[in-house]
Amino acid sequence: MSKKAYPYVLIMPSVLFLLAFFVYPFLQVFAQAFTHSEGGLTIAHFETIFYDFNFLPSLKNTLLLALVVVPAQLCLAIGMALMISKMEKGRDTVLYVWTIPLGISDLAAGIIWLGLLDQNGFINSFLFHVGIIDEAQSWLNYQNPWAIFAAIVFAEIWRATAILLVILVSGIGLIPKEYYEAAEIFGANAWVRLWKVTLPLLRPSLQTALILRTLLAFEVFAVVMILGGSNMPVLMGEAYNWAFSYRDAGAAAAYAVVILVLSLLFTLFYLRVLRVPKEAQI
Amino acid sequence: MKMDTNNQRESEPTPDVVANYTSTKKVWRWLFISSAAFLIAWVLFPIYLLVVSALSSADVVNGWPKSFIPEFDLETMTFFMNYYGVLAALKNSLVAAAFTMIISIGLGTPAGYALARFDFWGKEAFRMIILLTRAFPMPLLALPLAVIFIQVGLDDTLFGLSLVHASLALPFAVLITASLFLGIPVELEEAAWVLGCNRWQAFYKVVMPLALPGLTASAVFAFVISWNEVFAAAVLTINNQTLTAFLVQSLSASPAEVKFAGGLILILPALLFLYVVRKYLFSMWGISNR
Repeated sequence: MSKKAYPYVLIMPSVLFLLAFFVYPFLQVFAQAFTHSEGGLTIAHFETIFYDFNFLPSLKNTLLLALVVVPAQLCLAIGMALMISKMEKGRDTVLYVWTIPLGISDLAAGIIWLGLLDQNGFINSFLFHVGIIDEAQSWLNYQNPWAIFAAIVFAEIWRATAILLVILVSGIGLIPKEYYEAAEIFGANAWVRLWKVTLPLLRPSLQTALILRTLLAFEVFAVVMILGGSNMPVLMGEAYNWAFSYRDAGAAAAYAVVILVLSLLFTLFYLRVLRVPKEAQI
Repeated sequence: MKMDTNNQRESEPTPDVVANYTSTKKVWRWLFISSAAFLIAWVLFPIYLLVVSALSSADVVNGWPKSFIPEFDLETMTFFMNYYGVLAALKNSLVAAAFTMIISIGLGTPAGYALARFDFWGKEAFRMIILLTRAFPMPLLALPLAVIFIQVGLDDTLFGLSLVHASLALPFAVLITASLFLGIPVELEEAAWVLGCNRWQAFYKVVMPLALPGLTASAVFAFVISWNEVFAAAVLTINNQTLTAFLVQSLSASPAEVKFAGGLILILPALLFLYVVRKYLFSMWGISNR
């Protein structure tokens, strides 16, 4: 074997695997969404889901959740990353604790927050112990769509801020210290340094973090299943219902295409808005 | 703003100003520590409450108002373990996660090594594809694969599910191992070659032992990805449900004990996982974000 062939032999298994389980199913989603069961192009599956009474609410809920959760997480994660970068003692311990939710699934996070917000939950118990309420109140029902929404927002912020934090902490680590020293010499205070040095130089990390997090927000599923049930349809949950409960692979694929297109649009949006010119890279 | 800074610099620092300065510094310091503490509590307290629920008797779990101190009663946990389908689901989760671990490390390690040690035509394209998979709702691919698996006889098998989970974990395995091998000096390998090892022996005897902790970390990461994944598991398994699929599908039917005990079992690997991988936390999300 010639030496030139080594790397290709080494990457071949991964390439074949990704072709079989990433590229092929990716094309297959579109094939399923746009073809009849007997063959032939059709948009019938899209008509099926567009005329379904859950489609618009699920689209609205998914977008609204992403719109509320992602910016809140971004601000929180930037704050946390800045605090980590200022810490000397206990930095590793604090980082460890703050990133614990990274390993927690959205299902487990949903269960945790259900334990807090349920009718028999801890928040009700606390309010009772303090004397604000006299009996268990039910928050998470169809009469309080906003309570359900808020519960999901809290659970999502609790669970998924850690991934932004990790990306931003590593990004801040890449910014040369000299830039801050220079800014300080020119009289920039901490606030000005944040806006004129840290955030602009953090743009590549912000881009990665936002793309990753927004796409994950479009995939929100188990948390909503637990906290909202059928009172809060989301795109991923509908895809699951069509695939699993109604046994309609075509409609499920159509939902998948909707999610994919949304993901693509937002990725392009972030790539454009947070573009880093080649000559401005550190 | 500009005026302020100018004024400050021109005026002589009087003792009053200095005292003022140190006291604002104190306030900031206090604010800093208390918000760090608040955020630590924000992360830990909900987990603590889950532990309280899972370690209470059935009466307390279903009762109200709740106490904030655990009883250390194992009734809920034993109820969960004896609940119909739980043990099988637990075993299925472990098997699928083990498969995922083996596939993603087995395929990812060579690719990571290639990225770290060779320059070859198509390297950047390969790296791009790897990064691209991260910017992609991968669990959705379970939908077409469910149909394909029926055709090839992999439907409702843990192996089929772990193939999907491995496609989630493989990109991370490649990125982690690549950064891992980059951190091991190539000179060590060259020395082994000079001493008569061939390429494989040099890798096996010199690089492998050094890379082992990192490889373990990325294996654990693959394990957790599979262990936590809900959507593909729920779509692809029917009789062979994993724990996540089982919990999601029996949510409305299952009693509170099952939910909270199940929740605790689900998060246990997470705590362990972060402890093992904390050193590699950054390489695994690819600091190479440019």
